[in-house]
Amino acid sequence: MKTPIYLDYQATTPTDERVLAEMLPYFTEVYGNAASRSHPFGWQAEEAVDKARAEIAELIGASAKEMVFTSGSTEAINLALKGAVDMYGDVEPKPGKIGGKHIITSLVEHKAVLDTCKHLEKEGCQVTYLTPDETGRVTVEQVTEAMRDDTLVVALIWGNNEIGTLNPIREIGELCHERNVLFFVDGTQAVGKIPVNVEADNIDLMCISAHKLYGPKGVGALYVRRRKPRVRLVSQIDGGGHERGMRSGTLNVTSIVGLGAACRIAGEELETEMQRTSELRDRLEEKIRAGLDMVHLNGNREFRLPGCLNLSFSYVEGESLLMGINNHLAVSSGSACTSASLEPSHVLRAMGVGDDLAHSSIRFGIGRKTTAEEVDFAATRIIETVTRLRELSPLYEMALEGIDISSVEWAGH
Amino acid sequence: MAYSDKVIDHYENPRNVGALDKTSGEVGTGLVGAPECGDVMKLQIQVEGDKIVDAKFKTFGCGSAIASSSLATEWVKGKTISEALEISNTQIVEELSLPPVKIHCSVLAEDAIKAAVADYKSKQESGS
Ligand code: FES
Repeated sequence: MKTPIYLDYQATTPTDERVLAEMLPYFTEVYGNAASRSHPFGWQAEEAVDKARAEIAELIGASAKEMVFTSGSTEAINLALKGAVDMYGDVEPKPGKIGGKHIITSLVEHKAVLDTCKHLEKEGCQVTYLTPDETGRVTVEQVTEAMRDDTLVVALIWGNNEIGTLNPIREIGELCHERNVLFFVDGTQAVGKIPVNVEADNIDLMCISAHKLYGPKGVGALYVRRRKPRVRLVSQIDGGGHERGMRSGTLNVTSIVGLGAACRIAGEELETEMQRTSELRDRLEEKIRAGLDMVHLNGNREFRLPGCLNLSFSYVEGESLLMGINNHLAVSSGSACTSASLEPSHVLRAMGVGDDLAHSSIRFGIGRKTTAEEVDFAATRIIETVTRLRELSPLYEMALEGIDISSVEWAGH
Repeated sequence: MAYSDKVIDHYENPRNVGALDKTSGEVGTGLVGAPECGDVMKLQIQVEGDKIVDAKFKTFGCGSAIASSSLATEWVKGKTISEALEISNTQIVEELSLPPVKIHCSVLAEDAIKAAVADYKSKQESGS
């Protein structure tokens, strides 16, 4: 077993060797421009792109024509939301028509969605930010209540990247379709990890990122529904009119081939991998709980991604916790000190998790390469470090003695 | 974030972890928190005559805070109370090579020493 052990699969995944093998010829052998119509170099490239398009569509129950290639999820999110507002924002809202400038989203979205919404607010949109329940989940009732005549789009994350909680996408999608409201789903963490079907799940727009499902970085796709309703977007990048005019720029054939292969493999292995990673996730939690008390699960026990476990450890501070494990385990933390900003995770905050627990939260991401041996090793490291830090912690001592933490003198500078 | 070797050493082998009897008249306890980050430090001194003969700490905080308090206990031991009060956070910053964002962690350690001394002194005044 090699250390440090990678347990950060929500941040990114390694490119699967099988994916890489399929990509390689497209660097040096089949290097044509997929838009070149006049020679076989171009035709071959186009063929490869078409195959990838079909593979991606297959994984999510879409048709190949509904896929628009982008540089990743962030770009797809920008295109979906800004493109929809540009297209429909000025359409007068009336029943049976897509139009308006009201957006419904939630406080636990990825920054790419939140910041895009903020941008749109400056351009005259109104945005409702739903507060999820304490497990990070948004309900259909909340969305129903927030709906207005001028609601254009509901934008929600499927599987939360920090806590793994799954939203009731299918039900919310049904509601959106009843009300002629567009439904954008951030599928970055969900696609390739759980069953996704844009028809059954009533999705109009959905972003996908290759590097979250064992494909290369820098490529992704936006699903854009073509029937019932036919969704149109104003492109955000002008140029040669590629991708049905929605996203100009020479297609990144090599990476697109990688995305296609990654989707195909993810689809083939979906059932077994779901099972395997869920078991490893539960094994990790059980082992940790066997060795430690006062461990909190951040997220939803029932509705969650298979490979994501987010735990908080009372009475230890996040940065020192990471310091104790990061030579051995590659994990993410909700702690302020690990990121550029001083704020603790906005997701945990929106769920009502106190700053103290938010700071000591650790996200364990389990994926295709994770083994039971690695999980056991991780549990041991966590137990050791938390135990040691609790012995060092005046707060733990005070808690055991039943002393109120408010007796601390806060320095005034 | 890269830590200096000294911070790592104190983090991995903290000196003088533990607790002294806080009800004893010879023991001064300082419990201080940094509002910037919610970190909390407890530092205790045991005084005989004018000399600090023992010191213990517990810290809930980042690696720099743990190192600062560990170092502070090393430094106060054997000093007189007035000497201990002269320990400043800048000395701690220098010794541990703390980066600017970690200066408040050293301030916390300085405050903890001062609070422990103040507690000891108030016990002496009200007590015997
Ligand atoms: S970050 Fe607050 S004491 Fe170090």
